[in-house]
Amino acid sequence: MSSAICVWVPRDAAALAVGADAVVDAIRAQALARGMAVEIRRNGSRGLLWLEPLVEVETDQGRIGYGPVDVDDVRSLFEAGFLQGGAHPLALGLVQALPAFARQQRVTFDRCGLIDPLSLQDHHAQGGWAGLRAARAMTPETIVERVIDSGLRGRGGAAFPAGIKWRTVAQAPGDLKYVVCNADEGDSGTFADRMLLEGDPFKLIEGMAIAARAVGARQGFVYLRSEYPHAIATLDAALKLAREDGALDAGFDVEIRVGAGSYVCGEETAMLESLEGKRGIVRAKPPLPAVSGLFGRPTVVNNVLSFAAVPTILAQGADFYRAFGCERSRGTLPFQLAGNVKQGGLFELPFGLTLRELVFDWGGGTASGRPVKAIQVGGPLGAYVPPAQWDLPLDYDAYTKAGLVLGHGGVVVHDDRADLAELARFAMEFCAVESCGKCTPCRIGSVRGAETIVRIQRGERAQVPLLRELCDTMLHGSLCAMGGMTPYPVLSALDHYPQDFGL
Amino acid sequence: MTLSPDDLNAVRRVIAQRRALEGALLPILHGVQDALGCVPPEAVPLIAEALNLSRAEVHGTLSYYHHFRQAPVAGRVLQVCRAESCRTMGGEALHEQAQAAGGCHVESVYCLGLCAMSPAVMLDGRPHARMTPEKLEALLREESAA
Repeated sequence: MSSAICVWVPRDAAALAVGADAVVDAIRAQALARGMAVEIRRNGSRGLLWLEPLVEVETDQGRIGYGPVDVDDVRSLFEAGFLQGGAHPLALGLVQALPAFARQQRVTFDRCGLIDPLSLQDHHAQGGWAGLRAARAMTPETIVERVIDSGLRGRGGAAFPAGIKWRTVAQAPGDLKYVVCNADEGDSGTFADRMLLEGDPFKLIEGMAIAARAVGARQGFVYLRSEYPHAIATLDAALKLAREDGALDAGFDVEIRVGAGSYVCGEETAMLESLEGKRGIVRAKPPLPAVSGLFGRPTVVNNVLSFAAVPTILAQGADFYRAFGCERSRGTLPFQLAGNVKQGGLFELPFGLTLRELVFDWGGGTASGRPVKAIQVGGPLGAYVPPAQWDLPLDYDAYTKAGLVLGHGGVVVHDDRADLAELARFAMEFCAVESCGKCTPCRIGSVRGAETIVRIQRGERAQVPLLRELCDTMLHGSLCAMGGMTPYPVLSALDHYPQDFGL
Repeated sequence: MTLSPDDLNAVRRVIAQRRALEGALLPILHGVQDALGCVPPEAVPLIAEALNLSRAEVHGTLSYYHHFRQAPVAGRVLQVCRAESCRTMGGEALHEQAQAAGGCHVESVYCLGLCAMSPAVMLDGRPHARMTPEKLEALLREESAA
């Protein structure tokens, strides 16, 4: 079988959701019937999700792509000689050279889609553990300095400088410290954490091991949402391999903890409560988790993408990483383009491009072919961005200054049929369903907010000042971002799309 | 309702395996639900005793999370994403269609992480994206025949 031709088909949940496993079965059956030797390998997704299932054939020139492949296309692919890179209506040429791929600057996702996520051999061949090896040769203080120098800010949404957080934990007194990865990616329109967990989980494990060395932690947890069963299975298998390979050992190990369908558990203190086995109720801050976190111990809490950026910083240097990006937003952000968009997916790019470029140049406009009406950036607690603001640079501070949030880099496109009043009402309803109930502005404000929007929808214009006042109370009086940011989508809808409210 | 001896053993087995974990309650609740399809109220005192918690504390945690069920559901579980991205691509109509079709237990979820291929659903843990009313109908028919 040494002459077997290697065919890659992703095992990412997004590819599976559009029939990747059936495509694999069909390729095997066709190859068998034709007496051809094919070796099927499973990679993560390249993130060009409109092309999934994206089948790649290894040729002398490189990996040639075909997509999106349906089961019914497999026979004609064989007839077209796709195993030799033959011409076919679905042929895309070299995947590496596709503009939507080649124009990206992949740092965190450099291996995602390229390798079998559970092959240590692939991992080593692509420079695996180089960051961890570098870190093990450094003092903990040097590791922290490197991360500070890189300018890396927390990718979960709050954008707090990661190195500063690590330094606080490193300097906190006590022998028992924790490293916790927040993989409770609940925002609609975001899937970067999932893609990394399923496509290159060793990157996360490596980042967490580096963090543990920097702060002196012996135990790590990944809090992973129950809605991601494939990510849970892949990470679990990767942890076992990482132990065999010596990246995790008696000095530091990582355990997966599965969430249970609570959105607010993506808030770091609610997540810590959940990890402790309690209801996911938000804690008042201070104390910060860096000082008193999990079980009252100093705890590093970072998002998947924050940890996953760290191996590169250690392996290639802080300057390499900070050379990407603009102003105080350094490095790259894996933007996730979703909703009503023609070419949705994950595009890792330096900060600083505009929303217009992202949605139209990268995304190709709407899937429906209709005009774009509104773009929600930053998840369900992010604002609906109107056309007048589509030319702002996508960086943390430019967005904050304009009253917007970049969050986890999720972008959801809505066409001209979207009813922004209805989306505003949904934002309040979602908050009512998911509120942890600890603080009154969020618990009661969200219920009253949804009711008030219904009244406005019925034509009671006098309710508008009441809604604004309520949003003001939620903004300033809530304990966490759940109640504190639900007014972002509501007020942006009201301010920029009053006609949808009948105003 | 009392637990059958088999179910009782399953609960005890999960408790024995996981009670020593740090923050063991959620892992135990997951283990029980994975084994029995739900966390029946009869399991609560057993878990409470093992973890030295009050029954109220265990019930409080159990009832807080959307994922945990206290009674079994009959048949298949269809999770329909109702968050913004799927909503703008016709997810709400799929939710209505699934409820009207019957034959499976329909749950709302807020994001399956398949947003670039909205709308998305998950049937018994298997994801399906770029859904249409026709595809959903075929899926429900095919799965109920299986």
